[in-house]
Amino acid sequence: MTRTREWLYAWMLLLPAMALLALFTHYPALANLWHSFFSTPKGARPAVFVGLDNYRNLVEDPIFWQALQNNLWYALGTIPLSIVLALVMAIWVNGRIRGRGFLRLAYFTPTILPMIAVANIWLFFYTPQYGLLEQILGVFGVPSHNWLGSKSSALPAMMVVAVWKEAGFFMIFYLAALQSMSPQLREAAAIEGASRWYFFRRVTLPLLMPTTLFVLVNAVINAFRLVDHIVVMTRGGPDNATALLLYYIYEIGFRFWDSAYASALTMVLLVLLAGVALVQFLFLERRTHYQ
Amino acid sequence: MRFSKAVRWLGAIAAIASAAAFAQAPVEVSFFYPVAVGGPITKIIDGYVADFEKENPGIKLKPIYSGSYQESITKALTAVKSGDPPVTSILLSTDMFTLIDEDAIVPFDDLVKTADDQAWLKSFYPGFMENSQTGGKTWGIPFQRSTIVLYYNKDAFKEAGLDPNKPPGTWTEMADYAQKLTKRDASGKVTQWGVQIPSSGFPYWLFQGLAIENGVNLMNTAGTETYYDRPEVIAALQYWVDLVKKQKVHPEGIVEWGTTPKDFFERTVAMMWTTTGNLTNVRSNAKFDFGVAMLPANKQRGSPTGGGNFYLFKKSTPAQREAAFKFIKWVTTPQRAAQWGIDTGYVAVRADAWDTPAMKQYVAGFPPAAVARDQLPYAKAELSTHDNQRVTKALNDGLQAALTGAKTPEQAMKDAQRESERLLRTYK
Repeated sequence: MTRTREWLYAWMLLLPAMALLALFTHYPALANLWHSFFSTPKGARPAVFVGLDNYRNLVEDPIFWQALQNNLWYALGTIPLSIVLALVMAIWVNGRIRGRGFLRLAYFTPTILPMIAVANIWLFFYTPQYGLLEQILGVFGVPSHNWLGSKSSALPAMMVVAVWKEAGFFMIFYLAALQSMSPQLREAAAIEGASRWYFFRRVTLPLLMPTTLFVLVNAVINAFRLVDHIVVMTRGGPDNATALLLYYIYEIGFRFWDSAYASALTMVLLVLLAGVALVQFLFLERRTHYQ
Repeated sequence: MRFSKAVRWLGAIAAIASAAAFAQAPVEVSFFYPVAVGGPITKIIDGYVADFEKENPGIKLKPIYSGSYQESITKALTAVKSGDPPVTSILLSTDMFTLIDEDAIVPFDDLVKTADDQAWLKSFYPGFMENSQTGGKTWGIPFQRSTIVLYYNKDAFKEAGLDPNKPPGTWTEMADYAQKLTKRDASGKVTQWGVQIPSSGFPYWLFQGLAIENGVNLMNTAGTETYYDRPEVIAALQYWVDLVKKQKVHPEGIVEWGTTPKDFFERTVAMMWTTTGNLTNVRSNAKFDFGVAMLPANKQRGSPTGGGNFYLFKKSTPAQREAAFKFIKWVTTPQRAAQWGIDTGYVAVRADAWDTPAMKQYVAGFPPAAVARDQLPYAKAELSTHDNQRVTKALNDGLQAALTGAKTPEQAMKDAQRESERLLRTYK
């Protein structure tokens, strides 16, 4: 009897969260899968079942492949860089230095700013000839370059914006983890004669693994989710050089009104992210030491 | 007892109120207007709404400020799909085919009954009507329309030994002038470019100017064919690419639309192509003497039109449509079209608006305002087809590929045309 009561109690506690998840995450995902097998309804023409046609189009769509490729480069470029930068900044502002509070604030400011505002600021940085970047580089005699306007530099320029925006956010997590670390560990290591680098490598870093896992999950999600700056700065141009997967989905869904094809693209994104999350939790979880 | 008395009072008030409502039964007309809330233009629109409601007590107008053009069409189509669209809306003239294909709008022809209405419909510039009519029907009424013009820095002209009152009239002249206007410092770095044509976001619109000047427009009026790979079109793109790569008088790569006016104010460019809608902006921000000119000609003069039309949505009652039609006629009278043009910088949409005293006085004091009007006889429809945004994107991608050097103009235009034909094959 008490077993049943406990069981019921547990389910009752889980119910609100589950209901919300089912309503806003699981149902839309399934509905999306369903719609991806139909054609886009247009005016008087209703949707008809087309099977795998949308997916076949996807395989033949060069822009989709380019967006996917761009997104992978984007993830590879932004994730490690923002995590390493966050860690370095956290260690720095964790030390006893003057103006620590001010420094922490400075690193965290990009996080508080909305992405649209950030994008507008960076648009000015990148402007050819009189933009901030050009003015600084001009002093050193570097020839003028149209950063957002050439195919080779547009995507890296976008990555820089993302790293700048994200590193401060991740720094907060590392900082919190560093501050909760017991000072006894350092003292013990000092008595044993461990060098600072050895201590960092063998004690600090392993203890930060749970934080790193959390940050990594977030960084991966953001690499596929954050496209506001693309909308403001390049609209996927020049010639799709900065088209990321989610931006392309938005374009197909809400500019071209091809909702069926957008559904098929969304499924790709969903499967991709689910796969990454699975690897992270199954593989990295095992190698993570929780205190 | 007090309670029941109150109830009786409430009942009586409700009865009176509903009777009053029934007696007047104002027709509610919601309309989307593409501007962010709080700008100076919302004040003008709010003023129109108040004046119109005063004159027509039976009609209640509900303007909804819906953001940019892109956001507005997104909101309008979403509203159509959810079954609650506005009665009327101002959207890009190029959205016509999209709206027809979505079965979202009705033509104006059924509402045009009297001879007065007929005359009103004929009063608009034909250049603007090209994007408003297809298949013998009128689907849009021009309201806030624009064209591309050339702005030039007269001071820079003088410094380069050019006549500041003689803007370039042909392609060759524009290239020559640009050569003279391009300034380099000792290390060879360009400090002032000769000319710039923006190529971010919607390069097709500016490119269309070049194509029309070279003798062809980019599509047919039925919106089922594009001509991206015609030799004239490829030659037009070649001219643009040559300004960049060969003559080196135009900035490299993609030129941002949004910062182009600023480039002009900062004197990093001496001539720019942009919309007439920037006239007020340039007038208040340029700290030097500037001129406005028609786009230069090659085989002919030309520019695409641009801007927004009124549309009528299908899911509305006949009374709502009549009321919306009344408002549209009211707001496009010659006097109001003239005042709207003066206040905003858009081109007044009908010829007789330019004969009103207010407009005559404005043009006398500020002659550049008339350049757009003088160019209108050469203006052609803006690129618009079925599945418009996709067909346009094919061209945009091609143009950007050519301008960044990823493809030759010929290759870029052939690829764009192939993609557009693939997209349009179901509409033939």
